[in-house]
Amino acid sequence: MSSVKTKRDVLGTSSLRPDGGAKVKGDFAFTSDLHAENMLWGATLRSPHPHARIISIDTTAAWKIAGVECVVTADDVPGQLTYGLISSDQPVFAKDVVRYMGEPIAAVAADHPETCRRALAAITVVYEVLPVLFDPELAIGDDFEPIHPEGNLIRQQRIVHGDTSVVGDVIVEGHYVIGMQDQAFLGTESALALPDADGQGVEVFVATQWLHEDQKQMAACLNLPTERVRLVLGGVGGAFGAREDISLQVHTALLALRTSRPVKMQYGREESFFGHVHRHPATVWMRHHATNEGKIVKIEARFVFDGGAYASTSAAVLINGVTHTQGPYKCPVAVVDGYAVRTNNPPCGAMRGFGVVQACFAHEGQMDKLAAAVGTDPVSIRLMNAMETGDLLITGQPVESVAPVARLIRETNEIPLPPDLAMDANELELPGGSGITAERKHIKRGIGWGVSIKNIMYSEGFDDYSTARCTLSDGKVVLKFATSEVGQGFVTLAPQIARSVLGVTDAVCDTIDTQIGSAGSTSASRQTWMSGGAVDGACRLVRERLFEVVGAQHNIEPIRFAIEDDEIVDTAGTFRMSVIEASQGITISETFEHHHRPTEELDENGQGNCHVAFAFVAHRAVVDVDPELGLVKVVQIATAQDVGQVLNPLSVLGQIEGGIAQGLGLAVMEEIIVQEGRVRNPSFTDYLLPTALDAPVVVARMIEEYEQQAPLGAKGVGEPPCISVTPAIVAAIRDAIGKDIDRCPVRPQDICL
Amino acid sequence: MPVLIAHTISEATEILAENPDATILNGGTDLMVEVNFNHRHPSSVLLLRNVPQLREWSIDSSQQTITIGAGVPYAAMETGAIAAAVPALAQAARTVGSPQIRAAGTMGGNLGTCSPAGDTLPVLSALEATIHLSSQDGERIVPFGEFMVGPKKNSRLQHEIITAVTLPITGRRQGYSKVGVRNAMVISVASACFAVVDDTPRLAMGSVGPTILRAVKAEKFLTEATTNLNIISDEIAREFGQIASTEARPIDDHRSTAQYRAHAIKVLASRLAVRGTAS
Repeated sequence: MSSVKTKRDVLGTSSLRPDGGAKVKGDFAFTSDLHAENMLWGATLRSPHPHARIISIDTTAAWKIAGVECVVTADDVPGQLTYGLISSDQPVFAKDVVRYMGEPIAAVAADHPETCRRALAAITVVYEVLPVLFDPELAIGDDFEPIHPEGNLIRQQRIVHGDTSVVGDVIVEGHYVIGMQDQAFLGTESALALPDADGQGVEVFVATQWLHEDQKQMAACLNLPTERVRLVLGGVGGAFGAREDISLQVHTALLALRTSRPVKMQYGREESFFGHVHRHPATVWMRHHATNEGKIVKIEARFVFDGGAYASTSAAVLINGVTHTQGPYKCPVAVVDGYAVRTNNPPCGAMRGFGVVQACFAHEGQMDKLAAAVGTDPVSIRLMNAMETGDLLITGQPVESVAPVARLIRETNEIPLPPDLAMDANELELPGGSGITAERKHIKRGIGWGVSIKNIMYSEGFDDYSTARCTLSDGKVVLKFATSEVGQGFVTLAPQIARSVLGVTDAVCDTIDTQIGSAGSTSASRQTWMSGGAVDGACRLVRERLFEVVGAQHNIEPIRFAIEDDEIVDTAGTFRMSVIEASQGITISETFEHHHRPTEELDENGQGNCHVAFAFVAHRAVVDVDPELGLVKVVQIATAQDVGQVLNPLSVLGQIEGGIAQGLGLAVMEEIIVQEGRVRNPSFTDYLLPTALDAPVVVARMIEEYEQQAPLGAKGVGEPPCISVTPAIVAAIRDAIGKDIDRCPVRPQDICL
Repeated sequence: MPVLIAHTISEATEILAENPDATILNGGTDLMVEVNFNHRHPSSVLLLRNVPQLREWSIDSSQQTITIGAGVPYAAMETGAIAAAVPALAQAARTVGSPQIRAAGTMGGNLGTCSPAGDTLPVLSALEATIHLSSQDGERIVPFGEFMVGPKKNSRLQHEIITAVTLPITGRRQGYSKVGVRNAMVISVASACFAVVDDTPRLAMGSVGPTILRAVKAEKFLTEATTNLNIISDEIAREFGQIASTEARPIDDHRSTAQYRAHAIKVLASRLAVRGTAS
């Protein structure tokens, strides 16, 4: 009898997303699509001022509006009045003072969103406008009155490494400016809160990156035991870091508890720009010292990250920035000063790349300056300095990860350049696109490089473990974890792991909620490694138990068993049995916590093994520029990325292409314009995201060098694609026009005026 | 909020006479955004999409004109007979928003909103189009230059509806360009339409003043500088652009700077002056 093997979506295949079909057809329920019987709508009153004292809040008129069920302010918060990821410095509602435009002051619950709007309009707040601290440089030192009890300096970190008296034969210097980027996820903030019948607990469906962190912060503010705040992941429409911080979670739950009715909140697009943190705008100064050949001997740098009004993750973003000063290059000596400061600008926190984007924009600009100064080319200078496994970082930490930097550069360089722009090219192929602003003869082409190093997982002693449970029964596997699926594809990967480890076909994910231990955040390119490790561990424990059961039944030492395709086989005999048959009538369930190796805090000189592991990538950009009008079209991005092991090629390619589009946005168009603390473009009309016409051809190579530290040999792939593509594009613009540009996004006037 | 549905132009003017506060909806790509953003709360809305007459267009071959109904969507102007008759209008229509917006948005809507960044308006200005307005009192025809009177302000009376636009079919060179910071689906930072009408050059500029501006000095310069508008030297084109940019009255805002806008006009005008010529 010959058995027909069905193709199983194991590790290494391009298994399709379980929710892909529903998302394409519009059937997938995002959190904003949720509804409950007898549900109220919630809405938030926000400050129109970047900095003001609140003299009084009068909610009387709002309460009197028919349909309004509840109005809450800071006075109604039953527990801790503040929250925050690292420092609990952000008020649930502003009470005495507002520190940024859009800060929440009150929330209402009513029978209809329009009733909510009227109720918000009926709340009278009297403000005394205060001077606005909008210049981050003024926040360093004592030049401006503290705008927060915790002061204007969120964190300062210095790195001093090696013999700092060294002076290079060649010195290049640059000042770089990185604008404020928004994560611009498509699914705006949304939550549905259902109060428990006894009023002593609440269940909240929410789009978030880290259920357990939300749960902890919410329980503290609501003054409830953690287990009485149960979170369920609602359908998430993108995250990119913007869902790490609390936004509407506490407000929604508080309104539900107060009204004893389900309450739903959902931000509109404009409100979303005020409702989450953004990428830190930063200024970076770097001075590179090198030998006459171009070998780096010392780097001096100064970083200022504008954290905005509240701390969020600024302290960690700063550390990522300063510890990645050297980029993916050998550097024996460094002196770096970094500041994360508080201002009355919008709060900034996590976004894909997390501090490394800012560092990379500067160090890559420097590498090109260095190449020019020693008379070599961008590829040679990078190859000459390329980091290798075993090198010491400027923090003194050895790079133990696979570090194929030179290979990434060479493989990227081998990718064929795109053909020249045809003399009769269609206007849509030219910079300016549908606006028909140019003809072929006006266009100049440029090529630029960017290479990056990015830490993966959390740093500085933080144990961001992940938990997973695997239950095998009748040949079917159910996986349980609290890993937020924000689009990255863990719900695709987890069943692939189970199929590979256990030889099953039927593997599904249970509801993602807080009914199991934490998975840590879906950020820092960490879930494939951390939650992948947890799922792998749990599946391996189940496999051990299954081997014990089968071994006892057939009198074979369990250690002799292995899984081969969908069968259990005796590696020292002839016994074979399908996993389906072996698991009939039994249920085996195991839970596993995966912890990465411990890391250390940095000392006062910025020395210490603070990071877990690193991933690398190279980008080469080809752009066409209209130098006279300052318009740009990115033609091609060639990239080779250090991925460890490819577990799902389609998923990896999706991350690469998506990351490149996001990095392109920062290079040439995406910027929140803030003037004296006021956001001027909180809409997709004026905050420009790349369209299909702006997106380049991407030619990607996935470089597989098995990462021994990683449970599945695979490195995270989410952040690297967006990091060095930005400097690569800006370098290509410089190459095309022969002019120095030191900021991103590059605006037309930066090119042509 | 009542939605009043008209089926004919006369029905529409009748409704408007009875409901002078009604807001006219003709495509909705501006109005619905304002409503959704809570920037506007209309007391009632007059819907024009069911008036077939407004979605028609016709060519008068004896007068060499084309009349385009106010309900004709941008998508219909991008290709086909309208594009052949008024190529600059097709180019302008192609720059409006996304395919979905171009399927919904209309010429009448662009005129009704009358934003200085209105994409088709520089074409209407350069070609000296006339705007047809209807009311219970009858029809009124207003030259574009008298129609647009300020940023988002026009001379339509409250009881009038915009029914159509008439443009000359010149058979001569014309072109439109628009600068935005993205290669498609973007609000204009600066735009320009160049056209040869009655053997004279015309240049209209968008997003660089409170209304669409005509570059009259530049037009005069070009008329005097050349005898054949199909042969324009690069030097003359540059001078033409230079003069045009001095006639722009741009401002700084979150989309761009006055300096860049004036510069962009200089480049667009000089390029448009030679676009389609042999040089």
